[in-house]
Amino acid sequence: MYDRIAEHFRQIVPPADYCSLRFVRERSDLLSVRQNVLQPVRSSEDTGAMLTVFDAGGMGYAATSDLSLSGLRRAAEQAHTWARQSAGRSVVDFSKMAPPPPHGEYVSVEHIPWDSVPLAEKIELLQTECARLKIDDRIVDWSASLWHTEVESLYLTADGGRVQQQFRTLVPMMSATANAGTETRERSLGGRGYCRQGGLEVLDHLGYRTAAPSGVMDVVLAPDQMILQIHESIGHPLELDRILGDERNYAGTSFVTPEMFGSYQYGSDLLNITFDPTRPEEFTSYAFDDEGTPSQREYLIRNGTLERALGSLTSQVRADLPGVANARASSWNRPPIDRMANLNLEPGTSSLEEMIASVERGVYMQTNCSWSIDDSRNKFQFGCEWGRLIEDGELTTVVKNPSYRGISATFWRSLKMVGNAETFDLMGTPFCGKGEPNQVVRVGHASPACLFADVDVFGGE
Amino acid sequence: MQAYFYALADTLTEQLQGDELYTCTFHGEESDFVRLNHSAIRQPGSVTQRSLSVDLIEGRRHAPAEVALSGDAEMDRARLRALLADLREKLPYLPDDPYLLYATDRQSSETHGDNQLPPSADAMAAIIAAGQGRDLVGIYAAGGIYAGFANSLGQRNWFSSYSFNFDWSFYHEQDRAVKTGYAGFAWDEAAFQRKVDAASAHLEVLRQPARTIAPGRYRVYLSPVALYDLLGTLSWGGFGLKNHRTKQTTLIKMVEDGVRLHPSVTLLNNTRDGVAPNFQEAGFLKPDQVTLIEAGAFRDCLASPRSAQEYGVPTNGASGSESPESIDMAAGELPHDAVLSQLDTGVYINNVWYLNYSDRPACRMTGMTRFATFWVENGAIQAPLNVMRFDESIYRILGENLIELTAERELILDADSYHQRSTDSGRVPGALVDAFTFTL
Repeated sequence: MYDRIAEHFRQIVPPADYCSLRFVRERSDLLSVRQNVLQPVRSSEDTGAMLTVFDAGGMGYAATSDLSLSGLRRAAEQAHTWARQSAGRSVVDFSKMAPPPPHGEYVSVEHIPWDSVPLAEKIELLQTECARLKIDDRIVDWSASLWHTEVESLYLTADGGRVQQQFRTLVPMMSATANAGTETRERSLGGRGYCRQGGLEVLDHLGYRTAAPSGVMDVVLAPDQMILQIHESIGHPLELDRILGDERNYAGTSFVTPEMFGSYQYGSDLLNITFDPTRPEEFTSYAFDDEGTPSQREYLIRNGTLERALGSLTSQVRADLPGVANARASSWNRPPIDRMANLNLEPGTSSLEEMIASVERGVYMQTNCSWSIDDSRNKFQFGCEWGRLIEDGELTTVVKNPSYRGISATFWRSLKMVGNAETFDLMGTPFCGKGEPNQVVRVGHASPACLFADVDVFGGE
Repeated sequence: MQAYFYALADTLTEQLQGDELYTCTFHGEESDFVRLNHSAIRQPGSVTQRSLSVDLIEGRRHAPAEVALSGDAEMDRARLRALLADLREKLPYLPDDPYLLYATDRQSSETHGDNQLPPSADAMAAIIAAGQGRDLVGIYAAGGIYAGFANSLGQRNWFSSYSFNFDWSFYHEQDRAVKTGYAGFAWDEAAFQRKVDAASAHLEVLRQPARTIAPGRYRVYLSPVALYDLLGTLSWGGFGLKNHRTKQTTLIKMVEDGVRLHPSVTLLNNTRDGVAPNFQEAGFLKPDQVTLIEAGAFRDCLASPRSAQEYGVPTNGASGSESPESIDMAAGELPHDAVLSQLDTGVYINNVWYLNYSDRPACRMTGMTRFATFWVENGAIQAPLNVMRFDESIYRILGENLIELTAERELILDADSYHQRSTDSGRVPGALVDAFTFTL
């Protein structure tokens, strides 16, 4: 397949300054058991390619699911036409962009391949786990599922670049919903947060875990809430295309401005954030981004100071700022834009017990269930599935609908203690939306539990 | 495209063995997407995509799968033969599905769109001209959208639509901007210019110093676009039969406690007047209208075939998500011209942003104001308002605190393009609401 596409590409490259082809094949299987009944076993395969052309300072793309020679030739001609039409009217002068031809490969580590375990065995596993969830008559809905995905990509450039990457991911999910009168609450396995690269060995890493007060108090956030906090109030504000205004009509802008890089105190000196696509088991590891830029680990925030943006090569040239390899597309049919990949909060030195023991009055919160933040990524409000009061250094009463709100620009400065490696978890989200046209991508996050001081907490009605 | 899909369906029929049946749905799109920033082109391109979902059925066992199609008949026939072989291999390992339900009456239908779209280069020229001297950011999406259904019982359904959706903002500075949509089926330069002029007029107000208000309760006007977004969030679990039977509906207090919204609230899923296909993936036709809320009282759920079978009720042609695709909210009596005078003193909200439930059983939503939101005093716009977070229950917004809905409604064509361009739409009035809670 790859050889045929490479040969077609050689034949259709238009007479232009630059041309690339990005082929993607994504296969996925969803197995789900709900209320002990196997749901339809769904599989899908999506295949296509995007041609991108730079010419005379303009850029254009065309994506097609027609991978025949004539289909790819039509796409190359369309992309070339768009490049010529946008020349002289483009935000970016693409004549200044000359990415070097990339060469390399990446393959996800997978110890227990999905297909090595028979379908019947996987179904039996889910049946068993699903049945364990119905522990009380008040449980009105319950389910367990596995979502496996294989993505293969081939990136070719007219000047001889060639990158092949293969990714395997698994998203385990479980949920139980209980009802009493008009009160209905759901508990899940970290939302969909326990998603990782790899095969069925991902399941070996799962730990099965078991009206909040209002006012200003300390809050301890578990990793499955921290990942959302990092995602919304550090990840998105640091995307350089947002800072450059591309997203102002949709996902929004950022309270972060270009002059802040290098000096801005984003959080307390306990805050260390890395862009790290090098951890093999984390959800969004890769060797090259979707424009062929080689990836490496970088600090975005070190000891609380903002150092680097989430900006791809194109954005780095536009903004004259250092960035990372994060030009990513949801699939073959969308153009790459600046995205998060693996964005991690590095562990500190405190144990969970030490953090809780240090709190006189506060709330411990776990597993995000509600999220909202303003278009500058500043005023946020988040809610969790599970919360317990902390009173005089002890976990006490379970509280309903634990929620908190704050402002990104000041919230991270109240980071008071950072959990050690024992509290650290590798997680992520399969669904991060952004871009025009809209795109959903996978994002990895890793974090320890963290303690924040003086947070505005509230509960349900 | 239609003939191509029907020929593929015939190929599937020919390949069946023994007692096998199939259902299949087709999705296709030929779209141009031009992204703009600072009144210049950021990313222009085209997307041609086709896919087919096939459900191979034998008795009560079935195996669904989706594949991308190339458009090349020989290549796609080979793909479908391979797909059927894979599904046939899987079937013996699957148990009977007690909730399998598919259409067995042959209800074929055809809806053909009329392609009146301008060349995208012409639309681009008009858009770039409109951006001259201004800071325009947004996206122009245009082209054909296709959908089809077929089964081995001989049912055939087809839908095609050719539309454009220009979703853009004029920016003053930082987060202060006017957002506007111009969508339809034929480009009308005069209509576009009226939109540009109206946005420009609003932009002038945004140049004034912004005001900040303290958290608290305020009288507000929610524009049709803002109300459509609130109803969109309500559609996320509010109306599905499965959500109701598992007590997960966010309208549980209406169902269990008989709580009612304001008597002027009537909400339909109005397929007849919407722009979405009138058939769903199991082959059932959608009725022209399903009444969800009538005069403030909950009326009917959206029941997909699967949920209908599970809970022993008839399906009303809902898709698997059981959420309305063609929202229709009845108009009220407040003339739009009287909105400012009736608002008197309060907040005029053109757009809301990033809505989510903050307390699902209480049907409470949080979100932000965004774009052109104004502080109004004595019936006159005084100043733009800095963004505010709200946290408020639908039971209050459309219940005890709803003062009136506007007499005029706006047709909103959804601009979403995740995976494919949306065919969802809404016909929604504006709402004057008292004691609306801002929290941050």
